[in-house]
Amino acid sequence: MRILTGNDLKTGAVIWWTGRGWSIHVEDAADVGEHGEAILAAEDGARRVNGGYIINADETPKGPRPAHIKDRIRALGPTVRPDLSLKPADPAAGEWVI
Amino acid sequence: MYQYDKYDQAMVDARVEDFRDQVRRRIAGDMNDDQFKPLRLKNGLYLQLHAYMLRVAIPYGTLDSRQLRKLAEIARKYDRGYGHFTTRQNLQYHWIKLEEAPDILAELATVEMHAIQTSGESIRNISADQYAGAAADEICDPRPWAELLRQATSFHPEFSYLPRKFKICVISSPADRAALRWHDCALRIVRNEAGEEGFEVYAGGGMGRTPFIAYKIRDFCPAAQIFSYIQAILRVWNLHARRDNIHKQRMKILVHDLGEEEFRRQVEEAFEHFLTLGTDFPQAEYDRIAAYFAPPPFETGLPEEIDRTDPDFALWVDQQVIAHKAPGYAIANISLKPIGGIGGDVTAEQMEVVADLAKRYSFDDVRVTHAQNLVLPHVRKIDLYAVWEALREAKLADANLDLVTDVIACPGLDYCTLANARSIPVAQKIQQRFADMDRQRDLGELKIKISGCINACGHHHAGHIGILGVDRKGTENYQLLLGGSGAEDTTQAKITGPGFDEDGVVDAVERAVECYRTLRDPGERFLDTYRRVGFDAFKEAIYG
Ligand code: HEM
Ligand code: SF4
Repeated sequence: MRILTGNDLKTGAVIWWTGRGWSIHVEDAADVGEHGEAILAAEDGARRVNGGYIINADETPKGPRPAHIKDRIRALGPTVRPDLSLKPADPAAGEWVI
Repeated sequence: MYQYDKYDQAMVDARVEDFRDQVRRRIAGDMNDDQFKPLRLKNGLYLQLHAYMLRVAIPYGTLDSRQLRKLAEIARKYDRGYGHFTTRQNLQYHWIKLEEAPDILAELATVEMHAIQTSGESIRNISADQYAGAAADEICDPRPWAELLRQATSFHPEFSYLPRKFKICVISSPADRAALRWHDCALRIVRNEAGEEGFEVYAGGGMGRTPFIAYKIRDFCPAAQIFSYIQAILRVWNLHARRDNIHKQRMKILVHDLGEEEFRRQVEEAFEHFLTLGTDFPQAEYDRIAAYFAPPPFETGLPEEIDRTDPDFALWVDQQVIAHKAPGYAIANISLKPIGGIGGDVTAEQMEVVADLAKRYSFDDVRVTHAQNLVLPHVRKIDLYAVWEALREAKLADANLDLVTDVIACPGLDYCTLANARSIPVAQKIQQRFADMDRQRDLGELKIKISGCINACGHHHAGHIGILGVDRKGTENYQLLLGGSGAEDTTQAKITGPGFDEDGVVDAVERAVECYRTLRDPGERFLDTYRRVGFDAFKEAIYG
């Protein structure tokens, strides 16, 4: 599947396109098929995303898993600071990245 | 240390307000990202993996307690309670919001700090020996020169649109603690036969994808002419740089394309021209600036003995404490490399502890080192025990300066958009492997430096053992390098062979270290043995 990501303009937070808006959780990411460029252009113009781009992801039972490790680290947070990640209470969360 | 006059303050304050307006316009939609990005970078604001990142300049690595407290306050209020000291003596915050960045810059301005020229094609923060003003082996304090150059090159129109970044370093001792010859332009203060002060000048160094060690292009430039000389270097580069090719814009490429002789000839010619312009620093200006760096009022008649009854303290003294030029005083290094921690990271609380210690025991003076550690430069020997106890309380009393666990690592793929691989977890695994203190001390000086990509922010080219993260078909892979140095015996490390995965590279480091242990002569450091026996023996040990 192809999903969209970028950073929130004002806060810099990593965000994922849900089909209607943006979420900080990659689990919410929607498959955009061939529409990625058009959505990004509109969202960038409306200043709802900064530096948006299209990535490949695998569909898994737990939701989309970005194909590249960089985007998996973006999705979770720094692997060396699980306390600052989006899943601080889940010690196994880091394994999803690797 | 230097204090802003009304002009400095007015410039920095005005810049904050400019940026506030630019941020407002970006958020309101009056500017797109292509228009805004160069403006935010001019104020040290990057976009990284998880958020914006703000790089704060720490001129020549010197801070007072008021500034360090402010950095702690910002970490707590606007970031996630910590900051990261870099190999260029700066501080980075990794969790910044764009909408709050102007407020942070305004707060920094209240303590004479900013993020100007910490990015972009400008003259970056000028680095210096972290022991400036304290080192037993220095000719004089290099910081007045660093400050004069900082002032002369800040907002200078010719230097605001350089072909690429430009890094200057100033030291004043035979020992090089600042990776001098890895800079675009490096100055070492020396005395000539007549006893006059001047500069040895080096040019064309740099790391990144095409590493070069700087050439010495002048044995002696009289101190009073140094700004002419630096302008001449910059002029030659500015005229001939390969602005057409992003990988060839750094001055090192020009110096090496032209060749040492021809580059020198052109610089000398431009130098003659600049000398006629009268742009050098007048003596009175040097004196005015130097007065800010006058030595603190050292006490006399202090005892030299250190009570070593506590063995843990004695160990710390042996590893972290360095000779000071004033009798009864010592330089105390603070390790930011706890085993399994994140090198260079400091919490707000730790910053406050160090600020308090600086205020109480070190004439209100703290230094940042390019190895991502801190220094209390002027501590009475009789106070060392109290300092150590407070550091231990704050988990800052590791005794590993320059040992195998004092690893330099860039943020790598945990934070950086340009990364190929993570650096920090590799550093942590190496630390854990070699955590045993007896083993570390037996191995002696051993500098491991790790970068997450070819940009070389983690100085892997200068590591006794260097590690470079590469992307191998979408997975993290690490190349091992050997034989680099960022000290007075500067050398460039050499790649050993095929890369390793994360655990594999830690094993490879251990094989290289064991090879050294087997082959070393008495008194030899890792680097000495490597140089004596040569690359092949180590390669054989690593790949078998
Ligand atoms: C995380 C954000 C960072 C980014 C985007 C970044 C980017 C870069 C780039 C692109 C280069 C290569 C420049 C060139 O060759 O023209 C570079 C070099 C360098 N950076 Fe960074 N860097 C970052 C963080 C750091 C940190 C945290 C440190 C210190 C630990 C650092 C210290 C250096 C040094 C020492 C060099 C080598 C300078 C040279 O080529 O001579 N950087 N950086
Ligand atoms: S070396 Fe590469 S990965 Fe490391 S901080 Fe620099 S740009 Fe990022």
